[in-house]
Amino acid sequence: MPSDSKEPLLGPETIVECSDLFFRYGKTLVLENVSFSVAKGESLCVIGPNGGGKSTLLKLLLGLEEAERGSLKILGKSPEKARSKIGYVPQAMRFDPLFPITTLDIVLMGRLDRLRIGGFSKQCKAVALGALAEVEMADSAKRAFADLSGGQRQRVMIARALACEPELLLLDEPTANIDLSIEEQFIETLEKLREKMTIMMVTHDLDLVSLLGDSVLCVNRRVHRHSLPLSGDTIREIYSGGRRIEHDKRARHNHGDHSGCDHE
Amino acid sequence: MSDFFDAVQNFSIIRYALLVGIISSFTFGVVGTFIVTRRISYIAAAISHSILGGIGASIYFNRVYELEWLTPMLGAIPAALISAGLIGWVTLRFKEREDTIIAAIWTCGMTIGLLFIHHAPGPGVNLESFIFGDILLTSQSDVIATVVLAVVVLALVGLFYHKLVAVCFDEEFTSLRGVSAKLYYFLLLGIVGICMVLLVRVAGIVLSIALIVLPAATASRFANRLWSIMIISIILSIIYNVGGLAISFPMEVPTGYVVVIAASVVYALSFCFKRRKN
Repeated sequence: MPSDSKEPLLGPETIVECSDLFFRYGKTLVLENVSFSVAKGESLCVIGPNGGGKSTLLKLLLGLEEAERGSLKILGKSPEKARSKIGYVPQAMRFDPLFPITTLDIVLMGRLDRLRIGGFSKQCKAVALGALAEVEMADSAKRAFADLSGGQRQRVMIARALACEPELLLLDEPTANIDLSIEEQFIETLEKLREKMTIMMVTHDLDLVSLLGDSVLCVNRRVHRHSLPLSGDTIREIYSGGRRIEHDKRARHNHGDHSGCDHE
Repeated sequence: MSDFFDAVQNFSIIRYALLVGIISSFTFGVVGTFIVTRRISYIAAAISHSILGGIGASIYFNRVYELEWLTPMLGAIPAALISAGLIGWVTLRFKEREDTIIAAIWTCGMTIGLLFIHHAPGPGVNLESFIFGDILLTSQSDVIATVVLAVVVLALVGLFYHKLVAVCFDEEFTSLRGVSAKLYYFLLLGIVGICMVLLVRVAGIVLSIALIVLPAATASRFANRLWSIMIISIILSIIYNVGGLAISFPMEVPTGYVVVIAASVVYALSFCFKRRKN
């Protein structure tokens, strides 16, 4: 059953706490009155139609954008100050596949904030190798990024995020552009991580949602929280933009524009 | 070829040219690798062309105010750094008009240089040596300047290697780890600018981009680690520069032409071989 959760779940175990958040690009309102919270150890899947504001919400969580108003706290701090505790996994397809770099060098980027002049310390290298072992890629540490498959590249990106020693793992479309034959192995990696840390994952993959999510946050300018499993009607409603269309119709109706109304 | 070796023994000008060619090859190999992997060849080309503005201004002020110390190479350094800074700011701030604005900086820099040279009093300026380069015009002070600039560039790359690589691979993630991606992007463009100043003497404004990009582009077809691409590029650059000088000297043609043709042929031939995989 869908349930709006506008009141954040406050408490010491809350990792993300967002209340009454508004964001606009120029004059376009992208996020409106967004409130939700993520408890420690929770796995929250963020879904919604394209242009609904998922990526914007991710940018706000990473502190790359600033909200017009409202409050967003991660571990009780502003997103910018909490960055060191966030592990971010972007889409692997974003990168130049021919960039001449080894797997280990990429994972070491997760330790950039601890980099000293002269190179990474032994401790940093040990953490990076541990992160690679966590995603079962330890034996590929010296392989070139260009030689990895899509699924392996995505696992390297997760290892890089793990090398940050995060308390919150943010993933952006982790299964996008991954071959189906590799996806199962990749999902196993995510399932193991789910036991260990708080995860927020933007995805279109409803199979992934049902396998890994504790609950679902649907973002379509406003947010609605849903428990799992999602009903067929809810899925249709989310992806047809039903809520938004209804909202727009009501707004136009209230302003005297009845072009979208069903009545005479 | 024996003429060339005799000339090396007898003429300091050839020895200076060889020294500049070899020393600057280290800089070209390292910086060219960053240019190729970060895919900013067009930015490097824009910087190299706008350098003419600084060269023209230094010639003009040298002659008008009798500033003997103001050499073209010295004038080229601020021009390279200013255009690198401007281009960096444009690429970060106005992404949607990036190509147009870079083209404007490119042509504007060149035009300013040509205007200064046109109005400079005294004998006519050998414009061709700046546009197409003439390594045989290298003086002792050029050798010293080349060594200083090469040391500065290589020291900066050595000190900030990991951060520069991170910025080239993923700017956003670098910022998220508390490293100023913008600062290191500007640093990279500044290093490219200094490198382009070095290249003007060897290959000139127009041919310089080929000399810095082609060795790294060739190397990147056979190596898949950044450091191995750098080493191969350095070796190729030394071969092109020394070989180019040895071939061009007896033929009495500008060295830059031979160097660029050799680099282009080798790059084209590299496509006959499969890209290396681990």
